Amino acid sequence: MARAALPGRLTWRAATLAEARPETPTARTLVFDVPDWPGHLPGQHVDVRLTAPDGYRAQRSYSIASAWPPGGGGPPGGGGKVELTVQRLDDGEVSPYLTDVLEVGDQIELRGPVGGWFVWRETQQNPVLLVGGGSGVVPLMAMVRSRGQSRAKQPFRLIYSVRSQGDLLYREELPRHVRDDPGFDLFLNYTRQAPDGWPSPPKRIDVATINTHGWPPDFTPDVYVCGPTTFVETAADILVALGHDPKRIRTERFGGTS
Amino acid sequence: MAIISRGFGGRRRESVPGLPPGQYLTHDFPVLSAGPTPRIPLDRWSFTVTTESGEKTSWTWPEFTALPYEDFSTDIHCVTKWSKLGTTWRGVSLDTLLADVETAADYTMVHSFGGYTTNVPLEDLLDGKAWIAYKFDGEDLEPEHGGPARMLVPHLYFWKSAKWVNGLQMMQEDEPGFWEAAGYHMYGDPWLEQRYQGD
Amino acid sequence: MMKLDGNAMAGDLREIFAFDVTAAQYTCAGCGHAEAIGALMLWGQEMGRVARCPHCDDVVLSLVHAPGRVFLDVRGAVRLELPLAGS
Repeated sequence: MARAALPGRLTWRAATLAEARPETPTARTLVFDVPDWPGHLPGQHVDVRLTAPDGYRAQRSYSIASAWPPGGGGPPGGGGKVELTVQRLDDGEVSPYLTDVLEVGDQIELRGPVGGWFVWRETQQNPVLLVGGGSGVVPLMAMVRSRGQSRAKQPFRLIYSVRSQGDLLYREELPRHVRDDPGFDLFLNYTRQAPDGWPSPPKRIDVATINTHGWPPDFTPDVYVCGPTTFVETAADILVALGHDPKRIRTERFGGTS
Repeated sequence: MAIISRGFGGRRRESVPGLPPGQYLTHDFPVLSAGPTPRIPLDRWSFTVTTESGEKTSWTWPEFTALPYEDFSTDIHCVTKWSKLGTTWRGVSLDTLLADVETAADYTMVHSFGGYTTNVPLEDLLDGKAWIAYKFDGEDLEPEHGGPARMLVPHLYFWKSAKWVNGLQMMQEDEPGFWEAAGYHMYGDPWLEQRYQGD
Repeated sequence: MMKLDGNAMAGDLREIFAFDVTAAQYTCAGCGHAEAIGALMLWGQEMGRVARCPHCDDVVLSLVHAPGRVFLDVRGAVRLELPLAGS
């Protein structure tokens, strides 16, 4: 069944693009077929390697967006499906290739899953607070999906900060989780432009956002913060100032020019 | 075994004759950083040469910029495989800075604000082969590129040309600096492709 | 997007070690701060990965890939504390 692979040397695997879905004008979800995929935990990532005809290589890390096993049950059978959501960076080298060039049937190389710190395990009993900025929501989405799929009971809250509605990833799926997954709450924070009729004006996340929409420190929640470096630092500072135990706050920083 | 990614070119790479082995031509000026970029106010800047016996010679920014300078043009070769041709600089030759320094040492350690170090044999700094540069392309050197002043030893891989330079320590024995301790070559001749230890 | 912290070293470290090192707690040789390897600040992706303590900016570990070889420098950590599976 979906057991983790035995320890051993981590190697590159061929991955074939099976399906691609646009999330926003600049972000795309890629579904890869990876033979013998050993399964993964929500929050883990893969390294992606591209090789040009002259041998030039570029390598980047991308968070896994999907839960495991995929689609809510059953043995993986004929091989694993792994979903990544990639945000295009216009001056990037790898992300524009993944969002604009790669077609169904094309192959790239994947290595993983890797990362054992920024992960949520179902055996963790505490409430969970997820704080995502921009495409930092991707690994958090894997946690939300995983919880929904296994009908886990730990209460989850997701604070998702995004520039505008047009930048929202998983725009149709997130409300479904709110509706179908008991104990899952979502708060959307718009930083540039809020939709018409939205109760609060656009602003960056602040103490009030996290105080109102997070868990009180007394609940000793496990906290996961992911986003651009400044977002992560701001959110982590607020959480600590509110009295959350730094040891329960896990962070992942994105950014740069890939 | 490797899978070629259809339609993937990567950053534009131009292979031209006359470059050191394995190098590509670039027209921009990539910025590589192993740590935060230090911002050094000029009134707190100084450059200090320390001999093996501990004798120190220092220059403040006004003293340093009052020294005779050279305008020069040179090719630079980064170990990450880009080369940039005909870059133009203004700087003070190490021959000028070391003219009155008495030493019997064969090696030096270049020190920078922020803690970066790199080792260079003394003879590679002399006879018009190295400068402390403070202008690039006619402009003050940007902090991202090593300003206020950086070492320039263009006949070696560019990591030897330490950014944010603030000192030179004479050493009797060769010792590894920051990248050398992390696995890069002790000398770093691009024409011999001395990238990593043991190359 | 590019990851800018120790989490991004998981793949390179799993290539060397049979367990995940990013969940290990390091103790910084410079300031004594203890935190997960995953929380280190990552620099210098092109020449090698330089992971600095978020508390004092000292280098805790560095990893350089050469053809057929990898150099791992851990002088900046006085100790690693590793969780054992099943405990």
